[in-house]
Amino acid sequence: MKTYRTHLMVCAGTGCVSCGSLSLKERLEAELKDRGLSDEVKVVITGCNGFCAEGPIMVVYPEGIFYKKLTPEDIPFLVEEHFLKGRPVEKFLYTGPAIQETVPLLKDIPFFQHQVLRALRNRGLIDAENINEYIARDGYAALSKVLFSMKPEEVIQEVKISGLRGRGGAGFPTGLKWEEGRRYDSFPKYVICNGDEGDPGAFMDRSVLEADPHSVLEGMTICGYALDAHQGYIYVRAEYPLAIHRLNIAIEQARNYGLLGRDILGSGFDFDIGIYPGAGAFVCGESTALMYSLEGKRGMPRIKPPRSTEAGLWGQPTVLNNVETFANVAPILLKGGEWFASLGTEGSKGTKVFALTGTVNNVGLIEVPMGTSLQTIVYDIGGGIPDKREFKAVQIGGPSGACLPTPLLNIEVDFDSLDEAGAMMGSGGLVVMNDSTCMVDTARFFTDFSVDESCGKCVPCRVGMKVMLNILNRIIMGKGEIEDIERLERLGQHIKETSHCGLGKTAPNPVLSTIRYFRNEYEAHIQDKRCPALVCVDLIQFRVDAEKCKKCGLCKKACPAEAITWEKKAPAVIDLEKCIRCRSCIQACKFNAIE
Amino acid sequence: MAKLTLDDLKRIKEEVRSTTVLRDGGFRARVNIPMGTCGIAAGARKLMSVVLKEIEEKKITDVMVTTSGCAGLCSREPMATVEILGKPPVKYCDLNEEKMREIFVHHVLNGEMLEAYALARGSETTY
Repeated sequence: MKTYRTHLMVCAGTGCVSCGSLSLKERLEAELKDRGLSDEVKVVITGCNGFCAEGPIMVVYPEGIFYKKLTPEDIPFLVEEHFLKGRPVEKFLYTGPAIQETVPLLKDIPFFQHQVLRALRNRGLIDAENINEYIARDGYAALSKVLFSMKPEEVIQEVKISGLRGRGGAGFPTGLKWEEGRRYDSFPKYVICNGDEGDPGAFMDRSVLEADPHSVLEGMTICGYALDAHQGYIYVRAEYPLAIHRLNIAIEQARNYGLLGRDILGSGFDFDIGIYPGAGAFVCGESTALMYSLEGKRGMPRIKPPRSTEAGLWGQPTVLNNVETFANVAPILLKGGEWFASLGTEGSKGTKVFALTGTVNNVGLIEVPMGTSLQTIVYDIGGGIPDKREFKAVQIGGPSGACLPTPLLNIEVDFDSLDEAGAMMGSGGLVVMNDSTCMVDTARFFTDFSVDESCGKCVPCRVGMKVMLNILNRIIMGKGEIEDIERLERLGQHIKETSHCGLGKTAPNPVLSTIRYFRNEYEAHIQDKRCPALVCVDLIQFRVDAEKCKKCGLCKKACPAEAITWEKKAPAVIDLEKCIRCRSCIQACKFNAIE
Repeated sequence: MAKLTLDDLKRIKEEVRSTTVLRDGGFRARVNIPMGTCGIAAGARKLMSVVLKEIEEKKITDVMVTTSGCAGLCSREPMATVEILGKPPVKYCDLNEEKMREIFVHHVLNGEMLEAYALARGSETTY
């Protein structure tokens, strides 16, 4: 095989592709060819590198130099300087919020330093569309070990020892689920991978599927062997075209190699995998609803028991796990359950992938050991809050999760600690919010989402959430009563206890958690008719505080309705007749002078 | 494509591994070839081809090849710096393809410095 002196790993996750990384690649290849470097320097397209905030990203090996925010126009200069003359180009290197000098090497960048990659072990290091590169990094080694030297019971035992819990949200022990699935003597059995990632702000599963699709296929095949199942399905959102594209390539390649299909590696074991794109209903992330959807029926949860492991897809024993869960399986079988359990906390072993978004400097995809504090995630990895604003809360777990305030920053994130805090791991979306976020409005946003996405099967979720939304809307419009807080709490508790499926049971969490941790904001909205974060327009006076006003005129420039009069050396005045309450002036004012 | 056997899987792993290993770090030695305008004019590209060819033919996985800018000693180009990890780097000058091959075999692979071609110990800083 041909040897190159340098590999250029161009990130082609969805984030970087949308910033133009593919045209970057074309330009690179053309430029390298022009310079006669095509035989020495190789361009490789990888999945998500994780540091989405700095995209498009390119990492240069063997040195491990990290280039950020490249454009096609930068390429000729870069190629001449670095790849021809060997001088790394300073202006494209990383420099952090609190760092004066540039950081040339990926391994020295704080964002990467605190991470431990297991599920994402191949991210940015392999070409996601080339099975050989996956094999080169121990790909399918676990599968061959399992097929030729382990009994299905031993596989299950190893997964149990590892303490792996489902990464989709609820955290059910994976080994136990597989054991259940094996116990029933009804055939055929099925393995399903849940890639219907619907939480706002979450993109873990997408990135795994885009960066390392074979890790999921291998995990599913091992699961199939453990259960004695011969068919698997990956249910993935239709909104993830790139993930589906790469999965299709991966499945095709695996079939050609005989790593899927009949008689895998000559072991006599048959297993194949199909892809099923979901039509975009949030509820289809719920396991039983997902199975109905797979069967071609309307996606609605059903009553359990029987559990899916007994009677799932087409009434047959079925094991359903999340994308990230399957991505964790191969290393467990290769290195042993105890290796996996060596990281993490008492009840939650291993690592967890989080999608870090919101008002944080380093937006991206991260993987940290279970038990890492929120403080580390938000400040050391996330690089803190931009624009000199204050941290207010972190929303974890999407519409099933909660907003955790500053005092809980020291919480060591695992399944149990989050549960105690009234939150939920969910699939791992972490949205950081600064002091310009209104918690009542945030609660309303997630409630609105849950109302929209409620499948309508059970009354508590269908009607209860709607009532909660109405109350929240009332509060936001300044028509709230102080009893509303208690009403919301009572109703939320009822919905939690009486809803049919996991989505309904957790849907009130955003409201309940914001009442628990930010009760004062609800009270300000109801009693003082004031929105402290100046988000809820009905509660903003749109009046300039003459004392705070620095007479700079920025608000006048920002106003699209010409409602602001301002002259030099005089405070601005807002004409409420003309004002359209768009908040442009509030965002423009640097001195918080508008109330 | 024929179905793989266990041995095929291992073979693919070894083959591809040797080409992707440079993404992992963990190198034993490094060969740096200055590629300033002067170096390129004096034939640094040929040295580079020699080194890459040697690595490819001998299936070597623990030697990193890098380039750098002009080393400041344009009259003695083309040059190369060999660094065995943990030992001081050695700079060679006035090279040609034949000398480069010799250096690669003696110094990089066997760890014996070729004093005849050496200029000095030490190197400019590169990443």
